[in-house]
Amino acid sequence: MLEIENLHATVGGKPILNGLDLAVAPGEVHAVMGPNGSGKSTLSYVLSGRDGYEVTEGGVLFKGRNLLDLEPEERAAAGLFLAFQYPVEIPGVTNMTFLKHALNGLKVQRGEEELDAMQFLKLVRQKAKALGMSDDMLKRAVNVGFSGGEKKRNEILQMAVLEPAFAVLDETDSGLDIDALKIVADGVNALRGPERSMLVITHYQRLLDYIVPDRVHVLAAGRIVTSGGKELALRLEDEGYGAFAARAA
Amino acid sequence: MAATAQTVAQVRDLGSKYKHGWETEIEMETAPKGLNEDIVRFISARKDEPDWMLDWRLKAYRHWLTMEEPTWAMVDYPAIDFQNIYYYAAPKSTEGPKSLDEVDPELLRTYEKLGIPLKEQEVLAGVQGAPRVAVDAVFDSVSVATTFKKELESHGVIFCSISEALQNHPELVRKYLGTVVPYTDNFYATLNSAVFSDGSFVYIPPGVHCPMELSTYFRINAKDTGQFERTLIIADEGSYVSYLEGCTAPMRDENQLHAAVVELVTLKDAEIKYSTVQNWYPGDENGKGGIYNFVTKRGACRGDDSKIRWTQVETGSAITWKYPSCILQGDNSVGEFYSVAIANNAQQADTGTKMIHLGRNTRSRIVSKGISAGRARNTYRGLVRMGPKAQEGRNFTQCDSLLIGDRCGAHTVPYIESRNRTAKVEHEATTSRIGEDQLFYCRQRGIGEEDAVALIVNGFCKEVLQELPMEFAVEAQKLVSISLEGSVG
Repeated sequence: MLEIENLHATVGGKPILNGLDLAVAPGEVHAVMGPNGSGKSTLSYVLSGRDGYEVTEGGVLFKGRNLLDLEPEERAAAGLFLAFQYPVEIPGVTNMTFLKHALNGLKVQRGEEELDAMQFLKLVRQKAKALGMSDDMLKRAVNVGFSGGEKKRNEILQMAVLEPAFAVLDETDSGLDIDALKIVADGVNALRGPERSMLVITHYQRLLDYIVPDRVHVLAAGRIVTSGGKELALRLEDEGYGAFAARAA
Repeated sequence: MAATAQTVAQVRDLGSKYKHGWETEIEMETAPKGLNEDIVRFISARKDEPDWMLDWRLKAYRHWLTMEEPTWAMVDYPAIDFQNIYYYAAPKSTEGPKSLDEVDPELLRTYEKLGIPLKEQEVLAGVQGAPRVAVDAVFDSVSVATTFKKELESHGVIFCSISEALQNHPELVRKYLGTVVPYTDNFYATLNSAVFSDGSFVYIPPGVHCPMELSTYFRINAKDTGQFERTLIIADEGSYVSYLEGCTAPMRDENQLHAAVVELVTLKDAEIKYSTVQNWYPGDENGKGGIYNFVTKRGACRGDDSKIRWTQVETGSAITWKYPSCILQGDNSVGEFYSVAIANNAQQADTGTKMIHLGRNTRSRIVSKGISAGRARNTYRGLVRMGPKAQEGRNFTQCDSLLIGDRCGAHTVPYIESRNRTAKVEHEATTSRIGEDQLFYCRQRGIGEEDAVALIVNGFCKEVLQELPMEFAVEAQKLVSISLEGSVG
């Protein structure tokens, strides 16, 4: 599904990723853990094609295509989704309108037929209900005045509606209390399937109690320094990042 | 990269992108170019006007000769040669058409291309639930089709061209014309008073809630023809009317002058909603060939508890100079101004409002959203004046500017004058750039860059767009997208 090879990237001329290798097969959930400044968010922005994140070496294949050649919206149409660490507010645009533009934007790019208003409404209501979101939240402007938990849940709603082949969850657990974390994790787990892969980026092991990964990778100084099964996350929690960072140096 | 090549192609194509850029071949009957007393007399005679009307026009013309073109607005344009303009042009086939059948088919096709809903056809065909909109279509100066007249007449509503009103209701025209915008008012309004060719006239009798939205579509069509429309709307005591004005114009090489005057009068307890969607040709990417729009719009809330609301969406014209205003004379009267002004490429907009509080407990509200892209300049200019008798007068003003790209400009010039110590005036202003984070968020979800800009800008304007009548709101949203095409990438 996703193959990252020797990826080097800079932000404002400063090297952040320094030869990152990672492969995720269809249906797998991988966790990437690492301390602040290790390049976790940079990885998510490089994959999704944000301006200002420059790839200087290496490559990324996504379903056999060169991901780095695509515009952000083309990457979305290819099936890549990023759940933002800090979801963005768009005043005056309702969640409903935003989702409709997004879904139909993807469909147009894929040469599929757009959903009409009724089909769309039905789809969104059903997905929102599954996440315990009220109709009222669909009518509010995108993320405006949302609590931290509501914003994260809104990201998962978007993911549920857009049904990506590959989702990057960038610190989806940050700012969530334990109840909100459970709701979000349930939403994510419901989307797991043999054709859908995920990359869960997190600081803490706690999220991985709810979203159990197939593989865990430790990122330090812009490289994967060690990989293992889900038990690696627990060890990391015990030992701290310091030991790993030292090993990477 | 492919995307870069695509952007270049898109930008190149933009010049030919203006949807309404074409010209209808209809024979025109024109007065010779230039302006003198004879031209004023010619226009008046063509329209078979009463003597007092001609006198008024001549007084205006003589006064105009003593005036100078204003230069205080933040707009630049080459000097206008007022002797190089046709002041009268009328489609030849309009000698009193009795029905749409008699209207030049070429003209009807013009409207079709514009997508103007001459809803009468639907209604005649018995279409159920068709929205009822009466259209007084102004085609280069002379009204050629006035619809729904009968139903309006049954309510006592008068909706016709101002030429017709001068024939059939001269007493009403004489009583109100020039009472809100006097012929001495300003350079362009005075010029308009001398040479106005046609426009709409509306009178709503006491206690009548006008049963439908009234709508006029203006269209500039003849080469070098200045448009001098004159609109007069009177809402008598306790009445209500909503009036829609929408504009498009064909492509031009030379700049075209447009100097309209709109006067509104509300008597006691009456209300007028006046909505405009203006989509005149803005010129090419360098501003060449666009319309100059110098408009005077003013409403007088003459009666107590009366209300006037202006809503405008300004996306077109090379230059916009426009300040729809309210004179709040009656006690407890209310003035509102909701505006979206979009300037792209080389467009220049200097627009805003004046709220003149004269009566006690008068209230006004101003919401202005200015969007600048390309190399455009967008200025909000507004005056809020509390007169000495405006006890407990209230104003709230909100001016928000949105910038797209790094070569455009936004300016806010609010004037506040208060001569009453019990009056309260509030002004809030913000300026922001369209966020890179917002754009990226949209694109990550699969929304293309231009769609994303349109979506974000529509959100920014929502407060104003939702004040528009339903039909207009949809059209306006599309316009917002069209006018910002090519502003990113």
